[in-house]
Amino acid sequence: MYPIVLLSVFGIVALFLGFSKSKNILLPSTLLFLAIALAGNFYEWNKGPLLYFYDMFRVDNLTLAFNGIVLISAFMIVAISGGFQDNADSEPAEYYGLMLFSLVGAIMMIGFEHLIMLFLGVEILSVAMYVLTGSNKRNLRSNEAALKYFLMGAFATGFMLFGMALLYGATGSFDLSHIQSFVTTTHAGAPSYILYAGLLLLLIGMLFKVSAAPFHFWTPDVYEGAPTIFTTFMSTIVKTAGFAAIYRLLEHSFSGIYSFWWIVIAAIAVLTLLVGNIGATSQNSFKRMLAYSGISHAGYLLIAITAMSKPSQNAIVFYSLAYSLSTICAFGILMLVSKEKTVEGQPDERYEAFNGLAKNNPFLAFVLTVSMLSLAGIPLTAGFWGKFFIFTSAADRGIIWITVVAVLMSTVGIYYYFRVIIASYLREGNVDAIRVAPFYKVILVLATFLTLLFGLAPGILEGII
Amino acid sequence: MLTLLLILLPIAAAVLTLATGARIAKQVALIGGLAELGLAVFTWSQFDPSAGSQFGFKYQWLASAGISFAGGIDGISMVLVLLTAFLVPFIILSAFGHDYKNSATFYSLILFMEAALIGVFTATDAFLFYLFFEAALIPVYFLAAVWGGENRAKVTFKFFIYTMFGSLFMLVALVFLYYKTPGTHTSELTAFYDLQLSAQSQGFIFWAFFIAFAIKMPLFPFHTWQPDTYTESPTQATMLLSGIMLKMGVYGLIRLLLPIVPLGVETWGLLAVILSVIGIIYGSIIAIQQRDMKRLVAYSSFAHVGLMSAGVFSSSANGLQGAMVQMLAHGINVVGMFYIVDLIYTRTKTRYLDQLGGISQTSPKFSIYFMILLLGSVALPLTNGFVGEFLLLSGVFNYNAWLGAIAGVTIILGSVYMLRLYQKSMFGPKSNWVEGFKDLSVTESAVLIPLVIMVFWIGIYPNTFLKISEPAVNQILQIITH
Repeated sequence: MYPIVLLSVFGIVALFLGFSKSKNILLPSTLLFLAIALAGNFYEWNKGPLLYFYDMFRVDNLTLAFNGIVLISAFMIVAISGGFQDNADSEPAEYYGLMLFSLVGAIMMIGFEHLIMLFLGVEILSVAMYVLTGSNKRNLRSNEAALKYFLMGAFATGFMLFGMALLYGATGSFDLSHIQSFVTTTHAGAPSYILYAGLLLLLIGMLFKVSAAPFHFWTPDVYEGAPTIFTTFMSTIVKTAGFAAIYRLLEHSFSGIYSFWWIVIAAIAVLTLLVGNIGATSQNSFKRMLAYSGISHAGYLLIAITAMSKPSQNAIVFYSLAYSLSTICAFGILMLVSKEKTVEGQPDERYEAFNGLAKNNPFLAFVLTVSMLSLAGIPLTAGFWGKFFIFTSAADRGIIWITVVAVLMSTVGIYYYFRVIIASYLREGNVDAIRVAPFYKVILVLATFLTLLFGLAPGILEGII
Repeated sequence: MLTLLLILLPIAAAVLTLATGARIAKQVALIGGLAELGLAVFTWSQFDPSAGSQFGFKYQWLASAGISFAGGIDGISMVLVLLTAFLVPFIILSAFGHDYKNSATFYSLILFMEAALIGVFTATDAFLFYLFFEAALIPVYFLAAVWGGENRAKVTFKFFIYTMFGSLFMLVALVFLYYKTPGTHTSELTAFYDLQLSAQSQGFIFWAFFIAFAIKMPLFPFHTWQPDTYTESPTQATMLLSGIMLKMGVYGLIRLLLPIVPLGVETWGLLAVILSVIGIIYGSIIAIQQRDMKRLVAYSSFAHVGLMSAGVFSSSANGLQGAMVQMLAHGINVVGMFYIVDLIYTRTKTRYLDQLGGISQTSPKFSIYFMILLLGSVALPLTNGFVGEFLLLSGVFNYNAWLGAIAGVTIILGSVYMLRLYQKSMFGPKSNWVEGFKDLSVTESAVLIPLVIMVFWIGIYPNTFLKISEPAVNQILQIITH
């Protein structure tokens, strides 16, 4: 509960800091705010489960763990944002303020105990993201991305609200526990189609946010058009919060009608895996590939949701963490490299921009390699264990066929993740030695270190939730 | 504890090699490799073949899931650990004649590879086995991709995806088996041996394992990555791939496939033997046609591994023991052969047989060592190849006489392509390319002499090694028939 209050206040403070003459104070203070929020978050560790705000918001170790992932990701992203000093048009105070506000939304999505809270969370998160997507004001693609994201997002919200209304109609409550007892007792005797319809519509809205197929069409364009730093934000924090929310909703309220929704989620998971992985193979832009890779990772996470077995919870937490760390590294390096190289005035985000990276930047090439190996799920990285836990969650439920699909798709994944490794080590090209700010380097080292640490000793996070 | 030390020592040596930098990287790496060899020999001296798995270590890894970081050495592991530890120093030494860029990284990757290989051969936990099985791929991929020939990007990429694809199926099978274990589940291999699985699920698991290992070895028809990768890789990577990594596949068959799914082997074993035998003949015939020496040796390796797998699938004591000793022999011979090819290539800048000839006139020492290794490969009695092939063929023959007879042709075909190789390169009129061919230097002899000694040792007194693995092999057979 503390992070919500703290981040709301800090967001306003960040806006006011924008009035101060010294622009350099913004970045460190935002980092400080995030560190305080993180401390506030873990202050409640092992004290839960607690309910706040008239039982509309829940705090337990699971939500705190998700909050932790979101806040740590935000910390890393802010740290590599570099203060937005290089563009005269930029408004750093607003960006940081909006990021902090959107985190409030993410945390509400993670801990909702009441559907209204979920709706508020989704909207707070999304509205901030719409603005940030279009923050590169003079860039057409950024504008297009923002408009697209906003229009599609508004539709998705509509579905979601409609779903909530139907659920209210069926169960008479927005409260997750009420819905749960309705589903297990009253509903068990007399199946209600309004409830089914409501659940499906609500899921459509949420699956849109995590860019699951067939609700993914916005993703590549929006990810590509948005400034890379906000793409990173979108692909890590929005996704983690979205999956936390979906897991919470289905696990808490609807496990009674598992037999109804599992096949829906399973079908969407398979479709998402296919679309994400096969879509990614044909991309020429590294950034667009990462967008499709984000879709495919939504597919893997959906497998854990489909299974909804004992290991699922652990799988989702671990996978989100592994995915966030690697994605931040990948986008972080993309930002560095594409800044050096431009094509027609635009940053060069194609694979070719990485040609010969390893020659003058062995450190960056190494970090990039580790993050790609982790995203591809190769052993000794955190990503492998993420996939492993996902597979075990499905096997625990006895759904082997879906892991076979996932395995086939991970092979496809290796193909497109390795393209950039091949470009940086094997292709002829020249990237001058890129100067990496010390703080930037610290973040990259930290993320790489954690990826390898969790890869070698996945047990260290075990049993804490 | 010794087992863990065997895994950690190469890692430490690799880190040290990286840290000391390019100037003395090769010396540091060589010392590291020799230290590992010393440790392996010491382990051997302490080893008691009849005592089962020993020198074990076990640490909680994922405690709640019953997955542990556990390893130990039994007879089968011991043979392969010895092979790995023996070959790596010579692989390192064989690179001394080359001037590789970023040599510190190059040598440390070889040592990382060694650690992963030892890990594969000693893991007693299924997921740890899988982890090392995959992890071994990463260093060798970079070795082949960064230091390889012209087409390396494409070829090594195919290799990586191909092998990864196979092992992912094994992962699914392992997860499936893990959930079949009683109670809170465990991933110990011995627990997997005790599972009573239905014939149908054994069939599925058989294929999941088979594809993983068949791609690794490789068996027909999963071999298409192999000749290109062997040819394009730097010789040291080729040696690692053919000398040791290929054995991961055979080892996997013996350690996982046979004892876990005996009913699957009963149903599908014949098909597997047929595929292996096709591979033997097919590989040999292609080898006869080859013009490029490196490709020729690559195809010969493909043919040899087919026989090993046929022997393993015969599920007989002779077949398995033959596979064990043949793994040793093949590892030594193929590393030697690739080194010979590499020596010829660095001296003459050609690998094409029709451009070579008459090397024996100027280089007597070279010719002799080459001849001995070659005779080992064609399985002449008193050389290491003979023992293995004889046992393997007798195993296959008892399993199915027709297939045994066809597989036996390998001895004839092997002599044809190997002797052709020798004749075209060493005899005949001296070609322009071999002008000024120098005989072996001291370093080069230092690589070849130990290999030649091993050819005779295994050939004349194979019992040294057969005795190591015999009890362990019998134990595996007991599990199968049980």
